[in-house]
Amino acid sequence: MWSPDVPAFVPLYCAALLALFTRGWLRVAIMLAAPILGGLHLLGIEPGVSVQLQLLTFDLEPYRVDRLSLLFGYLFHIAALIGVIYALHVKDTMQHVAALLYAGSAVGAVFAGDLVTLFMFWEAMGLSSAFLIWASRDERSVGTGIRYLMFQVVSGLLLLVGLMWHAQATGSIAFNQIGTESTAGWLILLAFGVKAGFPFLHNWLTDGYPASTPTGTVFLCMFTTKAAVYALARGFPGTEALIYVGMTMACFPIFFAVIENDLRRVLAYSMINQLGFMVVGVGIGTALALNGAVAHAFNDVLFKGLLMMAMGAVLLMTGRMNGSDLGGLYKSMPITATLCCIGAASISAFPLFNGFVSKSMVMSALMYEGYEYVWLAMLFASAGVFHHAGIKIPYFAFFAHDSGIRTTEPPVNMLIAMGIAAVACIAIGSFPSLLYNLLPYDYEYSPYDMTHVLTQLQLLFFSALAFVWLNMRGMYPPELRSTNIDIEWLWRKGLPRLGRGVVAACRAVSGSLGTAGSAMLKQPIFKATRNNLQMALARNWPTGSMVMWVGVFLAVMLVAGILSTRLS
Amino acid sequence: MTDDNKTGDGKTYWLDQPKNQRTVRVSLYVACAILVVIDFFVHRHIMFAIEKIPAFYALFGFVACVVLVWIATWMRKFLMRGEDYYDVEP
Repeated sequence: MWSPDVPAFVPLYCAALLALFTRGWLRVAIMLAAPILGGLHLLGIEPGVSVQLQLLTFDLEPYRVDRLSLLFGYLFHIAALIGVIYALHVKDTMQHVAALLYAGSAVGAVFAGDLVTLFMFWEAMGLSSAFLIWASRDERSVGTGIRYLMFQVVSGLLLLVGLMWHAQATGSIAFNQIGTESTAGWLILLAFGVKAGFPFLHNWLTDGYPASTPTGTVFLCMFTTKAAVYALARGFPGTEALIYVGMTMACFPIFFAVIENDLRRVLAYSMINQLGFMVVGVGIGTALALNGAVAHAFNDVLFKGLLMMAMGAVLLMTGRMNGSDLGGLYKSMPITATLCCIGAASISAFPLFNGFVSKSMVMSALMYEGYEYVWLAMLFASAGVFHHAGIKIPYFAFFAHDSGIRTTEPPVNMLIAMGIAAVACIAIGSFPSLLYNLLPYDYEYSPYDMTHVLTQLQLLFFSALAFVWLNMRGMYPPELRSTNIDIEWLWRKGLPRLGRGVVAACRAVSGSLGTAGSAMLKQPIFKATRNNLQMALARNWPTGSMVMWVGVFLAVMLVAGILSTRLS
Repeated sequence: MTDDNKTGDGKTYWLDQPKNQRTVRVSLYVACAILVVIDFFVHRHIMFAIEKIPAFYALFGFVACVVLVWIATWMRKFLMRGEDYYDVEP
């Protein structure tokens, strides 16, 4: 179609630009054409293509194609196409432009051959996706979008500092295996970790996803975290710490998911749980485990996207997203309910659905490498997935007690997008070679043997039995209108309280000075504390000062980096 | 599990009838029973000692989910706040 040297993000970026100036059918055509033509073009690209250029003293490689990046390239084009179809009925230009830029940036990031290019797309991904949250245009989304963006920017800064340090130490900015021998390696790992939803850094997912528009969340859940998994697989395969990080990620969110009321937040927690399986795979680092990690990333986009689309359809048609307000919707949305159940079966890893063929690779790799306790924890997480995503999501939205809501099926474009994802879930699950042939590392693996199928079915059916038993005994926690405290408490409640405490303490000090000391002493101190502290905490910071502090932060890190390399 | 019928549009759906709900539950029980019975006739590949327990995966799945729900319900005691928790001052 066009030269193989044209980087894969270009069609999506061009479409974003054109979507800005076009309306109606023309825009629809452009938005559909970009991922379709881009994806078809990518099918004809052979691994080994590389575009290099010299900028100042850097050897940049803005476009590098190998089997690993190619897999994610295909994935992001499929994801973009599904997301675009799902959002076709939306008239909001900002959302379309942001979504296309976001998809393009994710594609750019996975084909980046050097860390500087990666950093630029990394930041572009963060910024463009924040607009998908702000697209809700309500009070809640403003604050959420800013908190979301903070996480993305911090991730970018860590990457920037890490890459400069790394370049200083190794003399190369090429993005290959980095490892954790140096501090720079740890900084870059942390940068990837923020976007991969590591524990304690995961909050942007659970805060951001439920605040976006029904269509925006579908895009949000498809790109950032998967690009992070790609980056981890490229830079840190076989880093043992990742096994334990991933195990934590797989286990802790399921408890939150069980008691969470907002069904899109349940899916966000479920996303962290699934990312845990991928991170464990990267941590093991064998060919089977890495294949499993990236295959699971591929499948997760399809089934998590499908579940998120089903919930988006429910939100669009009913205006409600809390489990406590929903129920009985299968009566008026039978097609959506069926598609949602296919997504639920896929994420739960039922045989013949795609979750099964990728998750079992990671589980087998854990067995082969002898990680018995991690394996047990991941088995617990597998049962938990079925419980909160496989049963809870469809059950409370479409079945359970009848909420009395009667609506209709969502617009046909939404059904088509969900249908494509559902067909892909079943096709990959039933014919795993479709996906296995694309995997980057050579390893023969067959998920369908007697042991795998039987044990997985036992695990799932008895999990379902436990759900029924708990429900019949009235022991299943009811859906309640509530907020559950998570790590975000620290900055949404803890820090403001601390700030107010400091101000109050200063007031008290200046007050007691006023009665005890002379007025001469009191006046200036009181003024100083009031003006500085109160103003500092209360006023709107200009962007300039934030940039300055970012600069100071970077400078300190750089000096530290240079000093450490000079001294060692 | 659906408690009443004839809400909303006044039609009665298949799953609204207690008889059919029972059919669904009984099918699940039968499927579970079959899966356990098969476990005694089929040779599973064993990698870890713990897998030697008969019907290990079935037991594990049931116990894991019950424990999960118990712990999560208990967590509500200290994690749950009002819906507008973050919207109100301090």
